[in-house]
Amino acid sequence: MSMNNQGRPTGVGTSGFSSTSGSSLLPNEPLLFEIGDTEHSGVDLPDVTITMDRLGGFERKTPLDLAGLTEPEAMRHYVRLSRLNHSIDSGMYPLGSCTMKHNPRLNEKMARLPGFSDIHPLQPVSTVQGALELMNELSHWLMTLTNTAAVALTPKAGAHGELLGMMAIKAAQTAAGQGHRTIVLVPESAHGTNPATAAFLGYSVKPIPARTDGTVDVQAVKDALSPEVAAIMLTNPNTCGLFEPQVIEIAEAVHAAGAFFYCDGANFNAIMGVVRPGDLGIDAMHINLHKTFSTPHGGGGPGAGPVVLSAALAPFAPVPFVRKGDNGLELVEHETGESLGRITAFQGQMGMYVRALTYMLSHGGDGLAQAAQDAVLNANYIKARLSHVFSVPFNDYPTMHEALFDDTFLAGTGVTTLDFAKALIDEGFHPMTMYFPLVVHGAMLIEPTESESKQTLDRFCDVMEELALDAKSGNSQRFTSAPMNAPRRRLDETRAARSPILKWERPVEAMKPAE
Amino acid sequence: MTTKFTPDHEYIRVEGSTGIVGITPFAQEALGDIVFVELPAVGKVLKKGDEAAVVESVKAASEIYAPVSGTVTEINDELTGNPGLINADPEAGGWIYKIAIADAAELDGLLDSDAYAELTL
Amino acid sequence: MRYLPHSEAERAEMLGVIGAANIDALFSAVPAKALKTFDLGLPAHSPEFLVEAHLKALSAKNHAGADGPFFVGAGAYRHHVPATVDHLIQRSEWLTAYTPYQPEISQGTLQMLFEFQTQVAKLTGMDVANASLYDGSTGTAEAVLMARRLTKRNKIVLSGGLHPHYRDVVKAYLKDDADLECLSASPDGQGDILDHIDEHTAAIVIQTPDFYGHLRNMKAAADAAHAKGALLIVVITEVVSLGLLEAPGALGADIVVAEGQSIGNALNFGGPYLGLMATRKEFIRQMPGRLCGETVDAEGQRGFVLTLSTREQHIRREKATSNICTNSGLCALAFSIHMGLLGEAGFTRLARLNHAHACKLADALAAVPGVEVLNDTFFNEMTIRTSQPAAELIERLAARGILGGVPVSRLEPSDPSVANLIVLAATELTTDADISALCAALSEELA
Repeated sequence: MSMNNQGRPTGVGTSGFSSTSGSSLLPNEPLLFEIGDTEHSGVDLPDVTITMDRLGGFERKTPLDLAGLTEPEAMRHYVRLSRLNHSIDSGMYPLGSCTMKHNPRLNEKMARLPGFSDIHPLQPVSTVQGALELMNELSHWLMTLTNTAAVALTPKAGAHGELLGMMAIKAAQTAAGQGHRTIVLVPESAHGTNPATAAFLGYSVKPIPARTDGTVDVQAVKDALSPEVAAIMLTNPNTCGLFEPQVIEIAEAVHAAGAFFYCDGANFNAIMGVVRPGDLGIDAMHINLHKTFSTPHGGGGPGAGPVVLSAALAPFAPVPFVRKGDNGLELVEHETGESLGRITAFQGQMGMYVRALTYMLSHGGDGLAQAAQDAVLNANYIKARLSHVFSVPFNDYPTMHEALFDDTFLAGTGVTTLDFAKALIDEGFHPMTMYFPLVVHGAMLIEPTESESKQTLDRFCDVMEELALDAKSGNSQRFTSAPMNAPRRRLDETRAARSPILKWERPVEAMKPAE
Repeated sequence: MTTKFTPDHEYIRVEGSTGIVGITPFAQEALGDIVFVELPAVGKVLKKGDEAAVVESVKAASEIYAPVSGTVTEINDELTGNPGLINADPEAGGWIYKIAIADAAELDGLLDSDAYAELTL
Repeated sequence: MRYLPHSEAERAEMLGVIGAANIDALFSAVPAKALKTFDLGLPAHSPEFLVEAHLKALSAKNHAGADGPFFVGAGAYRHHVPATVDHLIQRSEWLTAYTPYQPEISQGTLQMLFEFQTQVAKLTGMDVANASLYDGSTGTAEAVLMARRLTKRNKIVLSGGLHPHYRDVVKAYLKDDADLECLSASPDGQGDILDHIDEHTAAIVIQTPDFYGHLRNMKAAADAAHAKGALLIVVITEVVSLGLLEAPGALGADIVVAEGQSIGNALNFGGPYLGLMATRKEFIRQMPGRLCGETVDAEGQRGFVLTLSTREQHIRREKATSNICTNSGLCALAFSIHMGLLGEAGFTRLARLNHAHACKLADALAAVPGVEVLNDTFFNEMTIRTSQPAAELIERLAARGILGGVPVSRLEPSDPSVANLIVLAATELTTDADISALCAALSEELA
């Protein structure tokens, strides 16, 4: 019998106890609307009377019916709920392509300085010179690390950055009389946002098949290029965790055909400070500050996706941007020349700029390079330790910051990749990314990041190895019934999708008048 | 009455000049629990190979293409409230739409049941 | 380096296990001419106290909201955020969790999102809300695209009262689109958008309170749109107004987009914020963004999952409703906690307090010679016409330590008719002394 991190046995039948309210460490927390009511409030505010004569007859008649909690009740509700979440701070989070690294708390402290958090995006520019200076400094770091000519800071997330980068490409081609280019090449292994972005802008997507070694074939790109191709969207390092060895040849071929090279920078953590994407011939690349530069993921955002641009695309960058003027720094807020315009209100994710710059200054140029190398070291270490038990789809090159396995090793065991991942939950780890990239059957993509110690990596590998051997030995029930030691057993997603319940409704009997 | 198949796992059961279209038991098995069906509009004119409907499972969405050209004459409204019919009974209660076949000759280009069975071995 | 756990000995040991001579061997796929062939020239790593000193120096160069009288609004509002909110969102389990793709160990985030969706649906009076978008401006662009998908029509009409940045974002998203009609700025609150609806119109987009603070008639707009088979998209930049004003859903809105920053989130110089989006039940499948739904687990216990994800990019790829991947989870959490603390009682009081302070501000401004208040109706924001150009006036007020609002010319530089207009907001934080200081300064400057 295996033991989990707390030394308790795991496996079927050990979770016999159940309670209706749960313990304080594993609570069954009611909904806000089930514990609060419309009278209680945790905020003291003066109750002023107003006249309605300036509301034009539009005052509210529909009841709000919003539940309120006093401060101690609210504190308990959200603390109890929080305990149901896995987090980086509580355990390894080896989600491939997500870069779940340590989030330094200095970042949080700096983002809350009143000179950053309590300034308005439209207050006079003369009163926010320090903020503009910070944006300039962040831009300098991003451009230096990528060796590019310009950066557009404003995209609110990676996918928003992709959208902006492709908009810049479209604007540049339209300006050059190349508006007839309507095809975007996207390798099959790409993240789903790439084809979604291209389609969003009206491009048709032409998939580039993956080579058997997991990389993109320069010849396949050349064969697909034509005068109708606007761009290629290539992730490098790619979603299989491999650096594209022919990336420079691909860039040259794309440029020779009059197209642009959009690089998905989701995996920049593997190469920051070690390889400059500008040296590879990219024209645009978004950088996920929430992956590479340690701003917190916050349960799914907010992100930030600044885009670095080559000299060819720089004139098409969106507004606003910062530039030096006669009286200090200026904020250029309106379309000038060929700018593609504005993709969000205001100046973008300032709170994330502060956190990312804090992280960069802490690490320094030397530390960022070391972090990238440690991230790659960790992934290769996992691959080396596990490849005798797990099946490795691509083995021609060292991996970068991710270790990719397929489900061949599970053949005949009755255990799926999903089952295997769920069993990892019972051992105290967050599952790896599953079934992505799509080009690998039953993919398991593991990204340890540089934040994990050798001790943690060894424990993870020990658990992975033990699980794999157990699966092969025929103990499928441990996997198919997992997780047992989580706040919930497997959830019925079919039921959720067939008849969606997307908000709380007051129970019908509660609305009936008392008899 | 004959039933023909496409390599994309649609069937068309021919009743006179009308075809009843759905997905095969093999396809429903591969997709898993169907949670939603996007039905075509009655009267929609389809060319062979056009996207006619979409069936969704929790993790995937699959386009259903028109096996032959024609006009949609009837749709299976039952699927709106009970998409699981496609899983439970793909060939009868889980049919998706009926099409007035424009060119019966197109049927000849489709697979018969033996050829389809071979494809899904 | 404090964030990196390995010692040199451990690195060497790990390379040994891998069978690599050195770290560069792991980068063998990188073309030699691109690997470490440069000197970055960036500063070296730095202790925490030095980093902190550097950032504090930058922060100190800015005039923070708390430093003096503050009347800036126009799409972002300075409200009080309870200490509880900021404490809770910094808990590790909220701050450092990823998108809840493994529901069994993400029930905290998922239940919170379900509660958030319920709050937004109730606020807007709509059937369903999503788990948040980036912000109000991008949410408006997404709503416009959603309306096109729903109606299979193309024409979009933007009201002249829509926030100019929001209009500009829609323009950028719909580049080269002949079917986008942007009505010219309407600082007087009168709009003739109803005359622009025809049988090709997918949607009209109206903001209320509008950019200039006026309250717009949603019911009339909804009726006019629906009569032609078009949709009404309602945009709200000040969500606190919903504590006092009728829910757009009750007035016939089809899609409601709001900027949620006012509740739980600091100004942050423009971001991160959170977009709220709500719609009718029958439109769910064309709504972008994540959705959380209720279900049960294998033991029959209630639980929550991300659902209807077949609309999204990671499954539909080029056929997705939007390329959106991230939402604004932590900002949604802050919103939900703050709203949970307020409850109906607190939220209503907050809205009344905002309006009461705005009434005081309007009355005081109207008494300043050289100032004309343009609004008959408003919630907490209004537009004034001054006897001098607004941009310079705002700078002179700033030199006196007063942030006196937003000159409209900053957002509409090519429209000379707005050169003397200022948009000002009051919130629960605005004091009588702030208002007196502003009016005294304006009197002197305009004398």
